[in-house]
Amino acid sequence: MSRSARTALLLAAAAGIGVLLVLAFGLLPHFGTAHHPYGDRAVATALHDRHTANVVSSVNFDQRALDTLGEEFILFASVLGALVLLRPGRDEVEFTRNGDHLVDRSHQPGQVLDTVRLLGYLLLPVTMLVGWYIVVHGAITPGGGFQGGIVLATGLHLLYLAGDYRALRALSPIRPLDVGEAVAAGAFVLVGLTGTVLAGGFLTNFLPTGTLRSLTSGGTVPLLNTVVGIEVAAGIVLLLARFFEQDLRIRTDDHGGTR
Amino acid sequence: MSVYPFLVAGWLLLVGMFGLVRSRNLVHAVVSLSVCQSSTYVLLLAVGYRHGGTAPVFGDTPVDSTVVDPVVQALTLTDIVVGATVTALLLALTIQIDKRHHTVDPDELSSLVG
Repeated sequence: MSRSARTALLLAAAAGIGVLLVLAFGLLPHFGTAHHPYGDRAVATALHDRHTANVVSSVNFDQRALDTLGEEFILFASVLGALVLLRPGRDEVEFTRNGDHLVDRSHQPGQVLDTVRLLGYLLLPVTMLVGWYIVVHGAITPGGGFQGGIVLATGLHLLYLAGDYRALRALSPIRPLDVGEAVAAGAFVLVGLTGTVLAGGFLTNFLPTGTLRSLTSGGTVPLLNTVVGIEVAAGIVLLLARFFEQDLRIRTDDHGGTR
Repeated sequence: MSVYPFLVAGWLLLVGMFGLVRSRNLVHAVVSLSVCQSSTYVLLLAVGYRHGGTAPVFGDTPVDSTVVDPVVQALTLTDIVVGATVTALLLALTIQIDKRHHTVDPDELSSLVG
């Protein structure tokens, strides 16, 4: 189909979808309505029953923790899929540090401004600390395992911005991260099964919920947040490591390549 | 005009679809898909809004304050995580397509290469 025919078809379809959407929006509850029956019940349960100040975390990791288990395994499966897709192919070679191939193309320390390098090294520990803070305070303040895990994973890549690709690789060894991601994903299930044994339901909040706004409040919520934080951080570091390898270290083999 | 936030969500969906159909580059197509998906964030958050409501996090607000719906916010969080992982997977596929076919223009990807 030609581009113009395809665009014409799209515009006709989009007009239809647009009309249907506007009709449907008219039937939605009024924007800003005070009637939120599920929200009101979730807030009451989180505050009075589970002592979890962050109601969003309470929904994600306690009241509807089963959904988050599914979400966690979507993350796990897609990281796995991307890692499989990005592995070196049959006709590609990966540069090793002491192999006889050319040196890798990652920029050398001298190519980065000294101020940028200094800032990278200074911000690395600060960012790691902030990342862990966001992970463990998931039950009290905005944040949690998913958000903090992303901060941890991307914070580590300040080392790349500082021009130190080798330090980045040394600080994020692939094998332990592989294991860590899988163990963290399994630990979520393990916490759920512990709930089955101790409290009679999968992913039931079996720990004492403490007092509202204290670090240990929320029962299993901080525990699951930590587990998810580790899994997200490990998964994203693995993913970015593979993307880096594609650009920096993998070349099509000139000798004996099939293409 | 109370239907306006919903219209923003609908517009994001349509403009993302337009980008997908008119795309000449798979990376552009992946980003267009992300735009489509961000319409669901806007729609969910608009559905959960309550006039005068604050964030449903009682870290330092009184427990009797008016808050917006936390359930749709939890859904949005799930939505964002899934969206990010799908984007990563599609970009990995794009890299492999570029290696096999030496192009990322969807219109030139008509042949099967083993």
